[in-house]
Amino acid sequence: MARITMREAISQALMEEMDRDPSVFIMGEEVGVWGGTYAVTKGFYDKYGPKRVKDTPIAENAIIGGAIGAAMVGQRPIAELMTINFAFSAMDYIVNQAPKLHYMFGGQIKVPMVIRAVGGGGRQLGATHSQTPDVVFAHFPGLKVVSPGTPEDAKGLLKSAIRSDDPIMFIENATMYQIRGEVPEGEYTTPIGVSKVQRSGTDVTIVTYAKGLELSMKAADQLAKEGIQVEIVDLRSLRPLDMGPVLASFKKTNRAVIVEEGWKSYGIGAEVSSRIYKEAFDYVDAPILRVAQKEVPLPYNHTLEQSALAQVPDIVAAVKEVMK
Amino acid sequence: MAEIINMPKLGFDMAEGVLIQWSKQEGDTVKKGDVLADIETDKVTVEIESTVAGTILRLLVNEGDVVPVTAPIAIVGEPGEDVELPVAGDNESVDVDAPITKSAPETPSQTQDKPAPLMSVGTAQQERSVKASPLAKKVARDKNVDLANIVGTGPGGRIVRRDVEAAVASAKASVSPSTFTAISHEDKIVPLTKLRQAIGRRLTEVNQEVPQFFVTHEYKMEAVMEMRTQVNSILPEGEKLSVNDFVVKAVALTLREFPNLNATLADDKVIQHGAVNVGNAVAVEGGLLTVVCKNADQKSLRQISLDVKTMAAQVRAGKIRPEDIEGSTFSISNLGMYDVEHFVAIINPPETAILALGSAKEVPVVEDGEIKAGWRMKATISVDHRISDGAEAAQFMQALARVLENPLLLVV
Repeated sequence: MARITMREAISQALMEEMDRDPSVFIMGEEVGVWGGTYAVTKGFYDKYGPKRVKDTPIAENAIIGGAIGAAMVGQRPIAELMTINFAFSAMDYIVNQAPKLHYMFGGQIKVPMVIRAVGGGGRQLGATHSQTPDVVFAHFPGLKVVSPGTPEDAKGLLKSAIRSDDPIMFIENATMYQIRGEVPEGEYTTPIGVSKVQRSGTDVTIVTYAKGLELSMKAADQLAKEGIQVEIVDLRSLRPLDMGPVLASFKKTNRAVIVEEGWKSYGIGAEVSSRIYKEAFDYVDAPILRVAQKEVPLPYNHTLEQSALAQVPDIVAAVKEVMK
Repeated sequence: MAEIINMPKLGFDMAEGVLIQWSKQEGDTVKKGDVLADIETDKVTVEIESTVAGTILRLLVNEGDVVPVTAPIAIVGEPGEDVELPVAGDNESVDVDAPITKSAPETPSQTQDKPAPLMSVGTAQQERSVKASPLAKKVARDKNVDLANIVGTGPGGRIVRRDVEAAVASAKASVSPSTFTAISHEDKIVPLTKLRQAIGRRLTEVNQEVPQFFVTHEYKMEAVMEMRTQVNSILPEGEKLSVNDFVVKAVALTLREFPNLNATLADDKVIQHGAVNVGNAVAVEGGLLTVVCKNADQKSLRQISLDVKTMAAQVRAGKIRPEDIEGSTFSISNLGMYDVEHFVAIINPPETAILALGSAKEVPVVEDGEIKAGWRMKATISVDHRISDGAEAAQFMQALARVLENPLLLVV
């Protein structure tokens, strides 16, 4: 096992799939000559050339619309959105075209497309460039939404996404490119739509994904010192949502905290807790709590921004509350 | 306008109460219904609630003081209000009929200020439903534990799994052999609670003054057990009937035929009570209390079950209303849940008789010369010989057998 960064893991996935399948190509702003805003595609332009690593105008409509067209005629485009906040400019294509074409044309058309989008706050990019609107995309049937929390999952899930015949939103977190983790040597894929227990425990279940996983792991370390053994279930994909490991864990611990980076209202916590109450009502020993971003546009000021985002102490406090 | 809060009269024979603890201090603001203090009487400890909103201007008695009923204990009004106050500890001198304000209530409300609704099952249940997590309810169901007996340690007193498991564990621990621990040879002095003292006083009187005799009868319980299984299969969780519920109703109906056993001796007369109010002995911390199922002969099995269950839960939780524990005309003491063959209870004065129930058990019985399995329960009645004789008691026990062996009589 190699210990690599999230950036390297995503980069490896892209390169392996481009090597494997000539129909795979990348398009987006600054993905080519510049090597990607977050340096994920560094060296790709030189290796694969301008036909397979396409720099585009600053026009998200064109990026996603073009990618859909390419996918419809048999290519496997990977469209990169510099930030997920720019997805709103291409919203009709993302939620109204890509997920529905297969359905509306009676299965004659497939849209095997991956949209790589970078989200998350905490980097002082202001209210319009710091959002975590993952749940918005997970709302639409037909669009799969995947968001990894470890380098291993990032690589395995992205490879599965590229090979999938469905349109997939692959959401990366801007503050997680540098985190390191063990990644298996050689070829592997990770199935989409399968939640995973990332840490075993007995006392309380944290359900989370992506940035929430990183924070929850730290919170779990702190809580372990106080004798509270946290089990962490990483959703990894928001649609399809795999409740199996969540319910199994909850039936063991009977208490849960749901951690997400985005806003609480109508969020993943609401969805997951509702499903737990429905499927495991007789196992509920305390109200399920949610940890999420404060209900404000994310501030630019560093201190304010950090206090608006969910932090490790918030998770620790919620776990202690739910353990009462 | 300042108002006086008085020592409540919590029972017919209550003359005084001990103010155990103030929950509020002078200067605190209180809302109507806020707990002001804990009061202990012979029988119970209850919380006294404020009947008015305002600021506590004066606390008139100290913690630990013995206070006669209706004497003022606190004054609630507006801050800075000028009031003529009786001196603390000088309660007797205060004329409660002419207090500083006109509307001082007779007794502050206790834990519940409405009388229990007797007719509406739904309402009574909502008001007294046990607060427990879904998991705690499930575990309690699985382990056959009554949540009403458990004190919750979750937020807001919610019963959570650990509480149910602790209750199960302690029940087990009490019967499993104790592990070796170093034995302390120090004597331990435990003061008797007021309740314990009251029980001792009253039952000593009974044993000294009442010539009691005892009659034991073995009841065939197959019909009751079968009917109970049938009925419980259609009743919702939490409303299942117990064997005790059947016995209460059967006793109440039978007492109608034996008014002499539903009676009180008054010098050279016997008062045969018009109502059949069946007391049920309930073990509480530091003693036992009798919760009274009033007019049990008139009530459905379900209503009896609900009454007894809810009142027992309340008294176990320390929330005791005088009307729940007074006015019984005949009592039942049931140790069936402890695997008891049979036992003898002491009459609960001023009643004439008490029925002690052992466990309903599956035992070998002889019928038509054949040994087979049957359900049997032994019960022993203790009777005041000044009022009744063995023959009457034995006939009562036989009449009770008729009802218990034909439990359809309980529903017609």
